[in-house]
Amino acid sequence: METDMRYLPLTSADRAEMLGVIGAASIDDLFADVPAAAQLDGPIAGLPGHASEMAVERHMAALAAKNVSAGAAPFFLGAGAYRHHVPASVDHLIQRGEFLTAYTPYQPEIAQGTLQVLFEFQTQVARLLGTDVANASMYDGSTACWEAVAMAGRITRRKRAVVSGGLHPHYLATMTTMARFTGDEIDARAPKLEAEPDDAALIAAIDGETSCVVVQYPDVLGRVPDLAAIAAAAQAQGALLIAVVTEPVALGLLEAPGNLGADIVVGEGQSLGVGLQFGGPYLGLFGCREKFLRQMPGRLCGQTVDADGKRGFVLTLSTREQHIRREKATSNICTNAGLCALAFSIHMTLLGGEGLARLARVNHATARKLADRLARVPGVGVVNNAYFNEFAVTLPEDAREVVRLLADRHVLGGVSLGRLYPGVNALANGLLLTATELTTDEDIEMLAIALEGVLA
Amino acid sequence: MNAHNPSGWRPEMGEGGNLDAVATTSGDRGLMLEEALIFELGAPGKCGVELDEPACDPVPGLARFLRKAPPALPGLTEPETVRHYTRLSRQNYAIDLGPFPLGSCTMKHNPRLNEKVARLPGFADLHPLAPQQTVRGALEVINQLAEWLITLTGMHGVAMTPKAGAHGELCGLLCIKAAIEARGEARSVILVPESAHGTNPATAAFAGFTVEAIPATAAGRVDLAALAARLGPDVAGVMITNPNTCGLFEREMKTISDAVHAAGGYVYCDGANFNAIVGRVRPGDLGIDAMHINLHKTFSTPHGGGGPGSGPVVLSEALCPFGPLPFTARTADGVVHLVEEEDAEAFGHAQAFGRMAAFHGQMGMFTRALAYILSHGADGLRQVAEDAVLNANYVLRSLEDVLSAPFAASGPCMHEALFSDDGLPEGFSTLDLAKGLIDEGFHPMTVYFPLVVHGAMLIEPTETESKAGLDRFIGSLRSLAERARASDPSLKTAPHLAPRRRLDETLAARKPVLVWKEAAAGG
Repeated sequence: METDMRYLPLTSADRAEMLGVIGAASIDDLFADVPAAAQLDGPIAGLPGHASEMAVERHMAALAAKNVSAGAAPFFLGAGAYRHHVPASVDHLIQRGEFLTAYTPYQPEIAQGTLQVLFEFQTQVARLLGTDVANASMYDGSTACWEAVAMAGRITRRKRAVVSGGLHPHYLATMTTMARFTGDEIDARAPKLEAEPDDAALIAAIDGETSCVVVQYPDVLGRVPDLAAIAAAAQAQGALLIAVVTEPVALGLLEAPGNLGADIVVGEGQSLGVGLQFGGPYLGLFGCREKFLRQMPGRLCGQTVDADGKRGFVLTLSTREQHIRREKATSNICTNAGLCALAFSIHMTLLGGEGLARLARVNHATARKLADRLARVPGVGVVNNAYFNEFAVTLPEDAREVVRLLADRHVLGGVSLGRLYPGVNALANGLLLTATELTTDEDIEMLAIALEGVLA
Repeated sequence: MNAHNPSGWRPEMGEGGNLDAVATTSGDRGLMLEEALIFELGAPGKCGVELDEPACDPVPGLARFLRKAPPALPGLTEPETVRHYTRLSRQNYAIDLGPFPLGSCTMKHNPRLNEKVARLPGFADLHPLAPQQTVRGALEVINQLAEWLITLTGMHGVAMTPKAGAHGELCGLLCIKAAIEARGEARSVILVPESAHGTNPATAAFAGFTVEAIPATAAGRVDLAALAARLGPDVAGVMITNPNTCGLFEREMKTISDAVHAAGGYVYCDGANFNAIVGRVRPGDLGIDAMHINLHKTFSTPHGGGGPGSGPVVLSEALCPFGPLPFTARTADGVVHLVEEEDAEAFGHAQAFGRMAAFHGQMGMFTRALAYILSHGADGLRQVAEDAVLNANYVLRSLEDVLSAPFAASGPCMHEALFSDDGLPEGFSTLDLAKGLIDEGFHPMTVYFPLVVHGAMLIEPTETESKAGLDRFIGSLRSLAERARASDPSLKTAPHLAPRRRLDETLAARKPVLVWKEAAAGG
């Protein structure tokens, strides 16, 4: 029995004619290699049949309507995923079919659009992170972070990573999962709800067996570690410094990690162009010193010339990669986050360096306004000495419950440390708050009033 | 096949003069547009985003961390930006422009409804750590998709968080590793057929296994005897692609699975080619323990010029307890919960091997894939497999007289047709045919993969190609094969009509230029 539906161009007449060319009596003949016992007689029972565009749109819209979107309420969440204004032209351009529906640029003669974008992206990312080179992107920040640890192990031939307590707990969990199977040792400091990051304890933990030191900048509580001091301490022991940036807009205001001595800089690029999307797809940023290039994971785009001498771009140094090296590859990664990299690159082009710096100043000023207002709410104490657009506060009670009660009052009031670190009592009263250029004075006032109500 | 060319142009009419003789001042040639780099176009200080300068200074604690100067990145205004990327886009081939018959890549049409629903603010503008009470609809999407994937594959559960196919392979192998550890055993070897995708051995090594190759038979399938002989107490499992990369169904899959299980191992199936059997065969019925599903292949989320992908992994009852966190679960009251570390035990998942990435997976791909699945339904998905297989066999039988098809005698192919360079005259290669296709206005097929065939050409038309479109493609490839047989030298230098001619990949690798530098621009 044949099904006609809107995405399938073959007609019954086509099918019959094609079977004739093939010399098959029926479609079942083409599945003759599948043992009869493994074949289903017809459509799987109990599942619905095909549906019109209108019906599917109605179903999906009903599911979307069950959620409270970030734009529908005063919104203060961050912790590795940030809500920024994305110019309308970004989403328009990434939906051009020539970008959206292209494949990995393995045929460079007809993929110069994608390839030139990747070359521009790599340059933008390297300049933003302060590294010599950057790749064409990874899945996301958390997986890029593990790849950096694995890469440091290959370079130093050591297996012990020293990790700051300020690293996002999901990034640490991702790393811990992988290390359990590869035999790497992850020596992580416990997170502490304190005004300053744990630079001193981190430096004290570095020894001659340390492959790398992993530090988030700004860290998960918004504090800013002294990367230059940590880099010097790590490199004195032959270890590499891996800096992790989950909020790239911060680099419009803060010095780039590569300029402070980081050997590898990884990050989450979602802030620029990509949007929140309930956690994915996101965009892994990956930059490093040029001397480590051949140990780098992921795709790289390079400049070359064509047979007529015209400048052009190709995927290059693929002898590091799985499709050539198979089990000897630097990583099993087979893709990048191409369309997200395009969105990031367009947004960055619209901003330019000075626009990014101004965007960063606006974010910081808004966060400062938020911190000043919340400091006047009885029972609330701002933890950080320094922050960019995100900081921690302490509350007189369990922050997780407070976040739920704020949501009941239609305020999306931050990320509780109880959500990030379940079961850690010392952190339970901590709340992480973020402000961006989208946060209005009214939003801040509504949060403050709601918080006063909840804590009263 | 010029009957399908409605412009009236015929090859014997020529190109209307010597095109090379037409010089232009701009470097552009009609609608063939050249485009400079943003670093050559933009200027510091130029900006396409308006923002008011804030009134207040940074907090004092930040002073010592402030950068001295803005990042050295050029900016462009909106009209310049739109023009730059639009001009660049025209240098790309895409599925929206014509067939994209890359074997193993499943380049099918990307329905635009899926783009629309993924952008609904109720999905696109949700924070992953928002309170669960505010994201029930999003969790419902993940759970509905998970239920479809489980049912379509006949498996026990699914891990939704892997971010791409290779990440899904890693997830499946970590489940196997965790299961073996839980049994108190130490098995270190993963067996991988020679015809496997490169990600298979790379993933096994990345997960800490030793990789050993299993040969193929002359008929293009896994050598069952060689596989059975290698099984033993050190073998953790096998990774098999089914349908395989030669485009053939592994007839003995159930026998292979039974043998691996009897020897104490697990069976990983690379699900890259699930499109050929969706709705007709359930991998769970073949004894598979884990299989990733590339949502960007079978379920048509856009490839986006190389990602983002999404690679959920369906799991057997034996491996399910070890699957990663977080996951969604529906309780008796009908509510869908997000189960993270703290609730894992309460939801019977205390043996979870851990977290593979931050947050909960590729939500933007889940909304698109669910819309795709609901649009097709159980009957439409079955038709997808049948039309994909029909189209591939039509290509195989329409070309086997002019191109060597090494496994044509093995019976029908599944969703992709495999040819080799056997029979091409001295000096002509698979690459020449591929580059010739570019001049014909098509994207080439997958070339030089799988490695088990010399000069492989793997053609996967997918079910979204019409018969007329296939006839045009077949006509072009026939003409190219004939030109090669006639030793037409112009084929050796193809493409001639694309935005670029063949690029010097050796130069790119020998002297890597990976970022733009002012000096390198040469003015």
